[in-house]
Amino acid sequence: MSDTPRLVVGPFNRVEGDLEVHLDISEGRVAAARVNAPLYRGFERMLEGRAPGDALTLTPRICGICSISQSAAAARALGAAMGLVPTDQGAMLAALIHAVENVSDHLVHFNLFFMPDFTRPCYAARPWYPRAVARFAAIEGQAARAAIAARAGLMHILGLVAGKWPHTLALQPGGVTRTPGARDVLRIQTELRMFRKHLETQVFGGPLEDFAALDSRSALMRWDRGDAGLFLEIAADLDLDALGRGAGRYLSFGAYPLAEGHGFAPGLWQAGEVTAPNMAAIAEDLSHSWMLGGMAHPFDGVTRPDETMREGAYSWCKAPRLEGAPVEVGALARQLIDGHPLAVQLAGGGVLARVAGRLLELARTQILMEAWAEALDPGAVFMRQGNLPETGEGAGLVEAARGSLGHWLRIEGGKIASYQIIAPTTWNFSPRDAQGVPGPLEAALVGAPVEPGEDSPVSVQHIVRSFDPCMVCTVH
Amino acid sequence: MKVLWLQASGCGGCTMSALCAEAPDLIDTLAAAGVEFLWHPALSLASGGEVTRLLQALEAGEIALDCLAVEGAIARGPMGTGRFQMLSGTGRSMLDWVRALAPKAAHVVAVGSCAAYGGVTSAGGNPSDAVGLQYDGAHPGGVLAAGFRGGLGLPVVNVAGCPTHPGWVTETLMLLAKARLTEADLDSLGRPLFYAQHLVHHGCPRNEFYEYKASALQLSDLGCMMEHLGCVGTQAVGDCNIRPWNGEGSCTRGGYPCIACTAPEFEEPRHPFTETPKVAGIPVGLPADMPKAWFMALASLSKAATPERIAKNAVAPRVAVTPTIRKPGGRR
Repeated sequence: MSDTPRLVVGPFNRVEGDLEVHLDISEGRVAAARVNAPLYRGFERMLEGRAPGDALTLTPRICGICSISQSAAAARALGAAMGLVPTDQGAMLAALIHAVENVSDHLVHFNLFFMPDFTRPCYAARPWYPRAVARFAAIEGQAARAAIAARAGLMHILGLVAGKWPHTLALQPGGVTRTPGARDVLRIQTELRMFRKHLETQVFGGPLEDFAALDSRSALMRWDRGDAGLFLEIAADLDLDALGRGAGRYLSFGAYPLAEGHGFAPGLWQAGEVTAPNMAAIAEDLSHSWMLGGMAHPFDGVTRPDETMREGAYSWCKAPRLEGAPVEVGALARQLIDGHPLAVQLAGGGVLARVAGRLLELARTQILMEAWAEALDPGAVFMRQGNLPETGEGAGLVEAARGSLGHWLRIEGGKIASYQIIAPTTWNFSPRDAQGVPGPLEAALVGAPVEPGEDSPVSVQHIVRSFDPCMVCTVH
Repeated sequence: MKVLWLQASGCGGCTMSALCAEAPDLIDTLAAAGVEFLWHPALSLASGGEVTRLLQALEAGEIALDCLAVEGAIARGPMGTGRFQMLSGTGRSMLDWVRALAPKAAHVVAVGSCAAYGGVTSAGGNPSDAVGLQYDGAHPGGVLAAGFRGGLGLPVVNVAGCPTHPGWVTETLMLLAKARLTEADLDSLGRPLFYAQHLVHHGCPRNEFYEYKASALQLSDLGCMMEHLGCVGTQAVGDCNIRPWNGEGSCTRGGYPCIACTAPEFEEPRHPFTETPKVAGIPVGLPADMPKAWFMALASLSKAATPERIAKNAVAPRVAVTPTIRKPGGRR
């Protein structure tokens, strides 16, 4: 039994930003958790009164890791207000650009953010420990270094067709600013081939199609190749499936909207069923946030920080709810809502399920990117023009690597009257709502073991990082 | 040189960009000049109490701080408390930590335009009252005084950019580690001249369009974006088109304008980012060091002389007319 009834964990690194977790400990386990997103910048306020198109320059700069996701959401929100959608080929190139960021983020998360925790000395006696250290030691691990190189290579695609990464202006409501030629398409395919090679030799130790075809938990746990195999061995040894389990309610806005439909389908998963999410039933609760105002749908929401940081509230993060209840978002949510049989079996799971869902999506997205690159037509029109209305509104709903991202925009007098953003980690790391219902991470942390003497419990670190949080997006 | 890297009020994109360093990668590049991290929030293993103890030891002078690198602006709000960004688990604001640690550092480096000048974090009325380390926009004096000097005598080195190019960050750290960066190697806004002595215009593939003022009318057109689309590459410092980004990229190569992200206050251009402000139909803003009368004269002359190929390509998404081939006459 721990002799520390309360712990405050932070600085919390490898979470793209900072995070403070307050834990009540009882009998060696977390009894309750409160999660504080400790950074407020006020992007929604910065946008008010500006030209609507400025959102394409400013919102990517909310986040250096989900930058293109922010671009995509802004472009879609503006497009909705303009009554403009990208050309078919523009949508496909935009999907490819977005997917490059998302798979890069998955790769960085697995290799640089999540796996290094298994190299901690507390695991020195485990049979897999020497291999974990060789592969994932922070900064020096072989897998980490190979991932950095593979990611830099993959991002040549963004240099080619998006100018640079992060913070491109290439994604526009009508498509993409850079028109690729035949040689660009071949270069894209070459980079994708190199990235597949990395995934198959390092991450999966076998063909992507074989991993993507896994259709059950038992088949997954038999995968013993590559770094995925090492992770699954660790997960089995430490029972990471039981650690940090989710509440089983998941949301996806749908990833990669194309003329023929989404790359990964949208939906709300609860009690084993997928339904169409009611976007009008999204509302942000402010009861435990250092924010002023009432619960509101993001089209009606405001962002007014409570500068007194009142007692009872504990985070700058608002608490978004869908039909009054929290949802978990991320790769696992997308994959099970898309109906992948392995992900469906992992529904409601903990650290293992979230990380396996991400690996599954990494494999499946590579296959999608290859198909899109093959279908790019260098003779096509990649951007359609349109005009901004004097008055209008629009929502841009996309999927970042770490989950559902929404921008809700209102234009009045040709200027931004209101701009509200709900980021993936706003959903996952939300504080309690007025009913006292904790956010998904807060709920998942309950029951996590705390060893005597731990000031930053390693179990808590695994659970937090299994969500692939992006803290700079959370409050924005 | 051991670097403590802190992420303040920013997006983390300068770190994410630095990870795009190639041939060799970020870690090998830095190691070649003896640069290592005491702690980096995205790369290091240490979390929680391990980090707090390190920061306390640095503050107490028990561990030498060769270099403090800060990414992100410093929030001073609300009401001067800095509590819009607390450093988790420490009960202290980032403002407080930076003020405590900077005087211990041999060098202080601002990574990115937010840390240098406030940047995007200070846009739109500056909701969090954020400033740069040693500048508030273009004005000297941020959370550190205008006269602040690191232990080895340099002001804050401003590796401005939004984001920074991987090479700007690695080379600045390498030059500092090898004691090859002096105050004379910085421009008047504290930016290393090795990249700030160039303009984004240098090497821009749209230069021929610029020469004839053959202008793009909309994003996705190939022409020069100065006249209509807000491009300030002729005024903005940076070697973006000399050594490209992510292989072959740059903003202007990607089909969108340079917004001078290396400059203080770029976040508030006072016009939409992708529109050129004009007075009586004439664009405001001149190329660096160009007398207005000359620019006007040359522009009207060159515009009148624009070859058809350039005029047509300027308003097309891909090359519509290829250069005329002159066949050499030497052989039959």
